[in-house]
Amino acid sequence: MNVMNVSKRSFEIRRATRASRVAVVVLLIVAALVASFPYWAGRDTLRDFTQIAAYLVFAMMWNLLAGYGGLVSIGQQAYFGIGGYAMLVLANYGGVSPFVAVPIAGAIAMLIAVPVSLVAFRLEGGYFAIGTWVIAEVFRLTVANVSWLGGGSGTSLTALQAVPRSLRESLTLWLALAIVAASIGLLYGFLRSKRGLALTAMRDNAVAANSQGVDVKRARLGVYLVSAGGAALAGGLYFVGSLRISPDAAFSVNWTAFAIFIVMIGGLGTLEGPIIGTLIFFLLNKFLSDFGTWYLIGLGTLAIVVTMFFPQGLWGYVSRRFGLQLFPVGRRVVFLDTGPSVLPAPKESAESADPLHAAP
Amino acid sequence: MSSLVNILLQGVLLGALYALFAMGQSLVFGVMRLTNTAHGDFIVLLVFVLFVLTNWAHIPLWAAVPLLIAIAFGAGYAVQYTILNRVSGRDPLPSLVVTFGLSIVIQNVLQEVFSADPRSLATGGFESMSVALPGGIALGLLPLLTLAVTVAATLGLQWLFGHTPLGRAFRATSDDREIVQLMGVSPRRTFALAMSIAFVLIALAATLYAMRTAVSPSDGPALLLYAFEAVIIGGMGSFWGTFLGGIALGIAQQAGFYFDPGWGIWLGHVLFLALLTVRPQGLLPKTA
Amino acid sequence: MPVILETHGLTAFYGDFQALFGIDVTVNRGEVIALIGSNGAGKSTFLKALAGLLRAPAQQIVYKGEPVGGMAAARIVGKGIALVPEGRRLFASLSVEENLLLGAYCSRPGRWRLDTVYALFPVLKERRHHPATALSGGQQQMVALGRALMSNPELLMCDEISLGLAPVIVREIYAALPSIVADGMSAIVVEQDVQLARRVSKRFYCFQEGRVSLSGASAEVSDEAITQAYFGAVS
Repeated sequence: MNVMNVSKRSFEIRRATRASRVAVVVLLIVAALVASFPYWAGRDTLRDFTQIAAYLVFAMMWNLLAGYGGLVSIGQQAYFGIGGYAMLVLANYGGVSPFVAVPIAGAIAMLIAVPVSLVAFRLEGGYFAIGTWVIAEVFRLTVANVSWLGGGSGTSLTALQAVPRSLRESLTLWLALAIVAASIGLLYGFLRSKRGLALTAMRDNAVAANSQGVDVKRARLGVYLVSAGGAALAGGLYFVGSLRISPDAAFSVNWTAFAIFIVMIGGLGTLEGPIIGTLIFFLLNKFLSDFGTWYLIGLGTLAIVVTMFFPQGLWGYVSRRFGLQLFPVGRRVVFLDTGPSVLPAPKESAESADPLHAAP
Repeated sequence: MSSLVNILLQGVLLGALYALFAMGQSLVFGVMRLTNTAHGDFIVLLVFVLFVLTNWAHIPLWAAVPLLIAIAFGAGYAVQYTILNRVSGRDPLPSLVVTFGLSIVIQNVLQEVFSADPRSLATGGFESMSVALPGGIALGLLPLLTLAVTVAATLGLQWLFGHTPLGRAFRATSDDREIVQLMGVSPRRTFALAMSIAFVLIALAATLYAMRTAVSPSDGPALLLYAFEAVIIGGMGSFWGTFLGGIALGIAQQAGFYFDPGWGIWLGHVLFLALLTVRPQGLLPKTA
Repeated sequence: MPVILETHGLTAFYGDFQALFGIDVTVNRGEVIALIGSNGAGKSTFLKALAGLLRAPAQQIVYKGEPVGGMAAARIVGKGIALVPEGRRLFASLSVEENLLLGAYCSRPGRWRLDTVYALFPVLKERRHHPATALSGGQQQMVALGRALMSNPELLMCDEISLGLAPVIVREIYAALPSIVADGMSAIVVEQDVQLARRVSKRFYCFQEGRVSLSGASAEVSDEAITQAYFGAVS
């Protein structure tokens, strides 16, 4: 394209794509549908949705941390567990309704995340990842050794025993829906904003972003805190749904493993990625988890293959190939005389100069 | 007082094993900045390979161990060259995800083939032999052997890196993988060779570990954390640092076990975090 | 004189961006040729392609009769082509002596060993155990040059050795060049300083926006012609 001629053509800046407008409508319909579940859907469906919601929110938070904050963590399950236990303590011992306790647990997790970040941020890259895992283990071991929290075998959420089952399940579902909607909405709004743009810049090149005035440290801390709070919401929600908590379930590294798989399928750093990834993952889980170890072997192999050959995730590959963006956070230049143009797929420009990919 | 000395000595001996776990990781991270979350699972995998050699193929231990080392060397080269070389770059995410996937595959394959039960290696009573010291302290022969092996490994790595052409190639590749090619060093082969050596260390660690305790397929992640903590406590870039880090971790855990079995591992983790907060560069950081 | 290196319409890309548009350069045995041109003209890219750091189609680079385009850099140095890269690029974890020793990793036979390099640059011997990056700019350049020599190349390529160095140091380093090429080594020298380049070379090529805009004997071509070729025609 001859750069000289651009200024002579008329153009406008567009944010939404045709696909995204469709997606918004679809999402609203789905949300309304889900909200009506308690009136007609079976118990299993309600439980499924609550579980999907927990996985989704946790995966979105992991995606925010890794894909936008550039911080890969294998320890976010620490906050998932803190959310669950904080909710339980508030509900069982504090007399707070569990449905109210969940958001409070989110706030508590954010508070705890502040001193934790001081330790965790001493490390970088791959070692930051493992360090966060150690921190999660500390939480797990601490809780497992505290007998009034049930110790290693865990305890039950007794605060909801007086509530009739159908009401409890309805309220849980609506809480799940509310948390999912709030998470998606807030993240989308945030990422479209100036601060969100700063995050993307930071992820791509922290030093360059720093020189442009982006406060990298504060941005990273902010992302870490939000991710912690969101993870706690997911945890609190999950255990309201399952009514029973134990250190191994709450602080299991499997949560992060699942988040990683979801994001690998869906693609890192997009908003629709975790949603699509969670749906696919959940379906796989439902139909294949009976195969136990083979299912996990399959998941592990899938993660390896996708990372090696589809670094943008499966959805990322599809979206670049066909120019589909359901939650566009960028801006496109559209020339009014020829109609909207599809963004060209960026090539791996370093390939030709990368010694590891040159001829052996 | 003698119990304090006992904690220290047993801690040192335990820590020597952790240091051996950590050597391979220190090497791999130093040369190619690779974070291998399957590190512990590779140790467990090699333990089970050893079981296959001794229990199923009925190869005596003294022959099985060198064979294991040879297998490990080849396996390490292959794994790095085919899979991990593609993700050994500046971005930590791909290597983390790939090795995480490997970790899950290894654990579940082992579980599928061997069941989840822990099993240990028959050593004909060696693992319970000990030498008696005054004050009622007994030092196990196996832990002493482990200490000797770890010290030898550390000396060997230090010599390799500091005084051989290969060691220079390792250090140079870690500094600048593009320019090192101008000297005739192939980064892909160098990385693969580094991983082979790391796997040899893993094989040694696996052997000593299996002789000491019963091992089950899901043990990997715990070993990874100990290895990683030893590297960080000791300071990155230094093999003696990793050695010291392992010792420190072993002593901390031993002290924790003394007070209450539930808190042993916890104390090790907490010591690690505390050290990370006040001295993030570790005990013996590389000055270069 | 037989030709040691020839490029035929050499093209090179960084991803989608084309940096070289068909370069034809010839180097004869025992010759020193210079590449001049402004920043971004493609000189470093050219050397990188020759050294194997950048892919090129096999037939576009012919060395001693053999097509070597696209060959891995680690193999090319074994053939006898050595590059002193732009910006020195010494290995920070290695001492001066270790950097030099690494240069001999591919162990080609020849007169360049530690003692002959130290004879060329005595100051390096004094500081042989210092970390290489702790030396002054000029001394680092000597290490980089020595490191390339240790592979006993037949074709030595120097990318902007004078960059960031004081003129007196530059003179000192280039004073060593004649003794380096005395036994028949060929050299390609890339310099932005045109007069320096002309002084040390027999022939030169001027690069401009990825193409050769002028070539000729260094002593004969006029300053005016070079200036025009260097900056390109005014549009």
